[in-house]
Amino acid sequence: MFTIFIKEVNNFLNSLIAYIVIGVFLTSIGLLMWVFPESSILEYGYADMGTLFTMGPYVFMFLIPAITMRMFAEEKRTGTAELLFTRPLTSFDIIAGKYLAGFFLVVFSLIPTVLYYFSVYNLGNPVGNLDTPGIIGSYIGLTLLGGVFVSIGIFSSSVTENQVVSFILAVFLSFIMYSGLSSIAGINVWGEFSYIIEQFSVLYHYGSLSKGLIDLRDIVYFLSVIAVMLLITNLIINSRKW
Amino acid sequence: MDDISFTANEGEILGFLGPNGAGKSTTMKIATGFISATSGQVEVAGFDVNDQSLESRRNIGYLPEHNPLYLEMYVNEFLEFSGKVYGMPSKELKVKIKEVIDKCGLTVEQNKKISALSKGYRQRVGLAQALLHDPKVLILDEPTTGLDPNQILEIRKLIKEISKDKTLIFSTHIMQEVQALCDRVIIINKGKIIADKTLKELSAESGNKTYRIEFSEEIDTSVLSGISGVSNVELNGSCQYKIETTSDKDIRSQIFKIASENDLPLVGLQEEAGSLEEVFHTLTGQN
Repeated sequence: MFTIFIKEVNNFLNSLIAYIVIGVFLTSIGLLMWVFPESSILEYGYADMGTLFTMGPYVFMFLIPAITMRMFAEEKRTGTAELLFTRPLTSFDIIAGKYLAGFFLVVFSLIPTVLYYFSVYNLGNPVGNLDTPGIIGSYIGLTLLGGVFVSIGIFSSSVTENQVVSFILAVFLSFIMYSGLSSIAGINVWGEFSYIIEQFSVLYHYGSLSKGLIDLRDIVYFLSVIAVMLLITNLIINSRKW
Repeated sequence: MDDISFTANEGEILGFLGPNGAGKSTTMKIATGFISATSGQVEVAGFDVNDQSLESRRNIGYLPEHNPLYLEMYVNEFLEFSGKVYGMPSKELKVKIKEVIDKCGLTVEQNKKISALSKGYRQRVGLAQALLHDPKVLILDEPTTGLDPNQILEIRKLIKEISKDKTLIFSTHIMQEVQALCDRVIIINKGKIIADKTLKELSAESGNKTYRIEFSEEIDTSVLSGISGVSNVELNGSCQYKIETTSDKDIRSQIFKIASENDLPLVGLQEEAGSLEEVFHTLTGQN
């Protein structure tokens, strides 16, 4: 597992993917938070980091599939999958190694945004007038959300050998899981089931974490989505029907 | 695949032969655990491929067909990755990498990116990767396809050299390769084993031989067809004759004798190496 992790991270670093992903993420979030007048903190005058946490998931929705799309698709297309799956590694080793590498990149791209926290903290009037627990909760939420998107991306990569298909599928599934489900729950046909459907959406649990309330139920939700996605990936990989 | 069963012994080079699409690669993929068989079992070095899959895979060095490699890696980096996957401690691994790089003639290329290597060198990287962890069983799927004649010779030499204390199975559809390398040959067609014999038995099977002889001037062919066992003599190019026999007896000395008795200027005499090809053709050609 560790060997695969190292290989994937090396691959990110050697192929510039890592720099591009982190650079694009920080640039777009930076622009949204500080420059664009519609969403800039300096313009609307409240000392909070809402922009990062509402726009972050949408930026992730496109960037994470771009990281994960090649993970299995490329191995299948070039035939290196045969090399990998005939080594003394369980498919769990391989999936977990690849997953952790993707997750590592996500966490790595989030770390520099802590700088924004200190900026907003000092810009507040009075200084430090900031909802710190809410921000900590949001960070945990955003990290876990990144984890869910990576697992969706890995799954999408395992079903096809075409990277474009994998990318589009991952974006779509991430969108459905994030806000699609809660929007569907809003349609006025479900009656009392509407709330249950809503609870399946990432947005519902993400919102509750960003209030600063770190509820075990939300954490369990995120971890189980990740686990289910990786287990389905495992089934697909083991079936060799690709 | 349909009801195939065979054993490869230690120290033996087993050639796996068959027309395209016969099931050679499939058999190898099953043996390496890449795909699983719908029924039946495979044991590698005493480990069942399905039940003790990790142990069996640890004992195999595998060079897949088309030799897939991580092109964006460097040769050294790739070998290091391959070794780590087998859980080799890094000290031992360094020594081992040096050894296989030496053995496979990659010394000059070891710091290059794999994508920058020519096909022959990539094939060597593939072989190096298969040898790295010193496996008991080597499975090579068409190791010489797409190489130029020099490279083919070098790769063959390498295979011969590394096979001394290992069990080696390799697939091919090139006859000369089988003649040059194998101890035993398995021919499969449409998923079935149709021959499992040593090279000698197989050559004997053809039952007829072909000779090419050359004189410095045209001669009367009737003296040649008088030799016992000769079924056909034909002129093949100027002053060259092709003689076919129905027995597997070597008639070269007889030809020579007749030539000297009749004072014929014999300048060339050669036994045709095509007999295996014929066997292959008769075994797989029909049906």
